Amino acid sequence: MKICCCSPFLEVAHRRREWQFSSMGSAEIDTFESQMAALCARRFDAPLAHLKRLSGGASQESWTFICDGEAYVLRRNPRGLRASENALPKASEAAIIGAAAKAGIAVPQVSFVCDDEDGIGEAYVMAFIDGETIARKILRDAEFDTVRPKLATQCGEMLAALHAIKIEGLPDLAYSDAAGELEKYAGYLQSSGHPHPVFELAIKWLRDNLPETRPPALVHGDFRNGNIMVSPEAGLVALLDWELAHFGDPMEDLGWPCVPSWRFGQHHLPVGGFGARADMYGAYRAAGGEIDEKATRFWEILGSLKWGIMCGVLMVSAFESGADPSVERGSIGRRASETEIDLLRMLMGED
Amino acid sequence: MQDRPSAEKLLAAARAFLNETAMPQLSGQAAFHARVAGNVLDILARELALAPGFNKAEQARLESLLGEDGDLATLNRKLCEKIATGEMDLSNDVLKNHLIRVTMGKVAIDQPRYQGYKTAQANGWPEEELGD
Repeated sequence: MKICCCSPFLEVAHRRREWQFSSMGSAEIDTFESQMAALCARRFDAPLAHLKRLSGGASQESWTFICDGEAYVLRRNPRGLRASENALPKASEAAIIGAAAKAGIAVPQVSFVCDDEDGIGEAYVMAFIDGETIARKILRDAEFDTVRPKLATQCGEMLAALHAIKIEGLPDLAYSDAAGELEKYAGYLQSSGHPHPVFELAIKWLRDNLPETRPPALVHGDFRNGNIMVSPEAGLVALLDWELAHFGDPMEDLGWPCVPSWRFGQHHLPVGGFGARADMYGAYRAAGGEIDEKATRFWEILGSLKWGIMCGVLMVSAFESGADPSVERGSIGRRASETEIDLLRMLMGED
Repeated sequence: MQDRPSAEKLLAAARAFLNETAMPQLSGQAAFHARVAGNVLDILARELALAPGFNKAEQARLESLLGEDGDLATLNRKLCEKIATGEMDLSNDVLKNHLIRVTMGKVAIDQPRYQGYKTAQANGWPEEELGD
């Protein structure tokens, strides 16, 4: 299997907002800067200022800029190229964010989706929100001490609002439920040829314990510490990174944030390393959501397996094929074993 | 027989260069990648020290579990088949012990500071053995 460098899985696994991952050449940056200046003139009738690369990620670029006194973020596919089949088209992503905003979910407001005349490829512009997204900072920095204990509750409230959105009238997203996600990743593992007995054990357990089918909901698909924005004053202030949104089992979004790899060393606090499941579940239920705890457990285990296969198969493939030969991509491959130890523990009934 | 210096000593020298000379002069993305490169050297150092013994222990357990000989990849593929068909599962204590030890060994090389590994240790999980 070949993974192109714009695979959304790479983005899921590699999200570092503090700098760019694949750097553009200086001539390329100059061209981009003049394109952005033209965009600002056309869209805002004002000059571009302070254009800065905000994040890396092999499949997403984020840039901040100031125009007419307002701060914005531009999100686009790398160099404006078409995303791989798994990521949402930027126009759909923007429409979903708009629908979430209407439902009262804290998201950055989308200003506009770029068109051909903007000339920068598939992209959209949204309002800049100030806050922290780096998981370890949220878990460790003293400025978050007061809001940290309420984050799990805020997550539960946000997810209940998200899953209550009527999917009729939304853009036509892909449908992927428990069996669909499981078999997709089982297929990746099989095609790799490298034996992982613990992954096989997890796949067998998951196949034997598929949750019952629920009416499809709008699922964020990447709801975890690292993709939420937190402020020291208000706690959870925005849900970011919607490119893996799909229709499916809402329990997926309650399982993924509890995957041990997303606890960032705070193993005793299952929700993102900052809270208890009971807090997230309680808030979700209080807001009218229904939780099937057998299903959320299924999604936690499937989540750990997915991350393990992303590392041990997809990252390794991107590294060995030369699509991304960086030492970082290669070393992420060796994070598969962390999920094997978590999976073994979970399959034995431990947390 | 390979000549001196040993692989371990060469790796340690490369590590020292990264830490003491290169990293202080780097910033941003380059500094981050240097840190990752340093972690990779640490993985290699642990792998050099531990993997030969770990692999022998794994091989011996697999041969006994499956009742046949073969290289590690072949034996592991056979084990995967038996797990996938349900012929072997965690109710089999020999399999359970094998998978725990193999996985503890992999993490001991890849990421010994991983929290899940420390949790497993605290729960009394046995480390991988150095076979002979």
